[in-house]
Amino acid sequence: MLSLRVSGTALLFSTVIGIPLGAAMGLNRFTGRRLVIALLYTGMGFPPVVVGLFVYLMLSRNGPLGQMTAAVIPDLFTPGAMVVAQTIISFPLVAGFTMAAVMGVDPNLRRQVQALGATRWQTTLAILVEARIGVIVSIIAGFGSIISEVGAVMMVGGNIEGSTRMLTTAIVLETRKGNFDLAMAIGVILLAISFAANLAMQRLQGRTIDE
Amino acid sequence: MTNFIYRLQNVSKTYRARRVLTVDHLKIKRGEIFGLVGPSGAGKSTLLRLLNFLEPPTTGRIRFLNIEFHANQQVPLSLRRRVTTVFQRPILLNRTVQANVSYGLNLRSEEAVGRKVEEALERVGLIDLARQRARTLSGGEAQRVSLARAIVLRPDVLLLDEPTANLDPYNIGLIEEIVQDLNRDQGTTLVLVTHNVFQAKRMAHRVALMLEGNLVEVANVDRFFEGPRDPRTAAFVRGDMVY
Repeated sequence: MLSLRVSGTALLFSTVIGIPLGAAMGLNRFTGRRLVIALLYTGMGFPPVVVGLFVYLMLSRNGPLGQMTAAVIPDLFTPGAMVVAQTIISFPLVAGFTMAAVMGVDPNLRRQVQALGATRWQTTLAILVEARIGVIVSIIAGFGSIISEVGAVMMVGGNIEGSTRMLTTAIVLETRKGNFDLAMAIGVILLAISFAANLAMQRLQGRTIDE
Repeated sequence: MTNFIYRLQNVSKTYRARRVLTVDHLKIKRGEIFGLVGPSGAGKSTLLRLLNFLEPPTTGRIRFLNIEFHANQQVPLSLRRRVTTVFQRPILLNRTVQANVSYGLNLRSEEAVGRKVEEALERVGLIDLARQRARTLSGGEAQRVSLARAIVLRPDVLLLDEPTANLDPYNIGLIEEIVQDLNRDQGTTLVLVTHNVFQAKRMAHRVALMLEGNLVEVANVDRFFEGPRDPRTAAFVRGDMVY
């Protein structure tokens, strides 16, 4: 269940960072917005293995963060390092899709809810609720990008049995060993987990999706 | 207590170096129906946005409920919540009718929300549609929900921005009756923006004409229609003004 724990934690961080960032990008106009959007779109297409390399270099003993001893900075080859890598992979997707969903909401709705007495925070919340289908899609996309990801977790986790071996890295290992039946079985489990998680998130979209 | 709910002095609004509104003086009386007529682009909706404190004026002062606000001064939420607007196009939340009407009450953490929502829906004749999704409503029904959502808040001032512009005669009559009752029964001040001079004549106590961002004439409804002082008002009332 390390896969679920790592990807779930990374998804939680991605959601906490990505949804407010996407909402802010979708609702505000500021100097440099185009540049930030371009960076975000680039982030949505980041090759996981490059993210893995980046996190590896940052957290390695000679890297800028590896020399620090703060509790929030994880060591290499730990689940914490894998969470960092997966968060970097998925938060641009959550933010990018949230931004697109928010921009798709009728711009007059903002003025309307303000006229009804909403504060800035309440206005943002109302718009996010209106854009809920797109926002949930952003979380599903973020989850999809990390639950099946192997390159980055292999690099920063090291595939250590009982410590950092995830379903995806186990599939790679068992395939290399020629244990195709076991690899297939793990693959089916991974698919089942992914399917169940997506079903659960669809429920969050509520009735709207059926209209 | 002063008789005026709003006093505007030297108010202007500029967007990207283009001045779209100039109001030297304007007073709106507590409890009146104030009609605002004029062609498209005259600045009527801009004025409503300032009156609802959705935007600050670029210059000038707005006195509301005896509290004066200067340009770019933050208006407290409690005061802003005493005014609300019904827009020309009803923009409803993608929820049930009930949820739409209760939205503003929930923002204010009010009590007895269910009863208040029921009363408001009774008032606009839509109690049977309470549980229906707002998206499934006709244009007239949606505008009545929009009105219920505003009147349930019991605002001191209700701003109506062409609320019947796209509606059929039945819904126009219904909405006019509801807001007139609101004005009479609760003393709600109404500011009605309309293209339709006949609607202004039917409903308003005082009427103002706006042209190119300026107030041309403000007068009692009888004088506005029977003996306007400004020739442009006379032309507008006669229907001679092409716009």
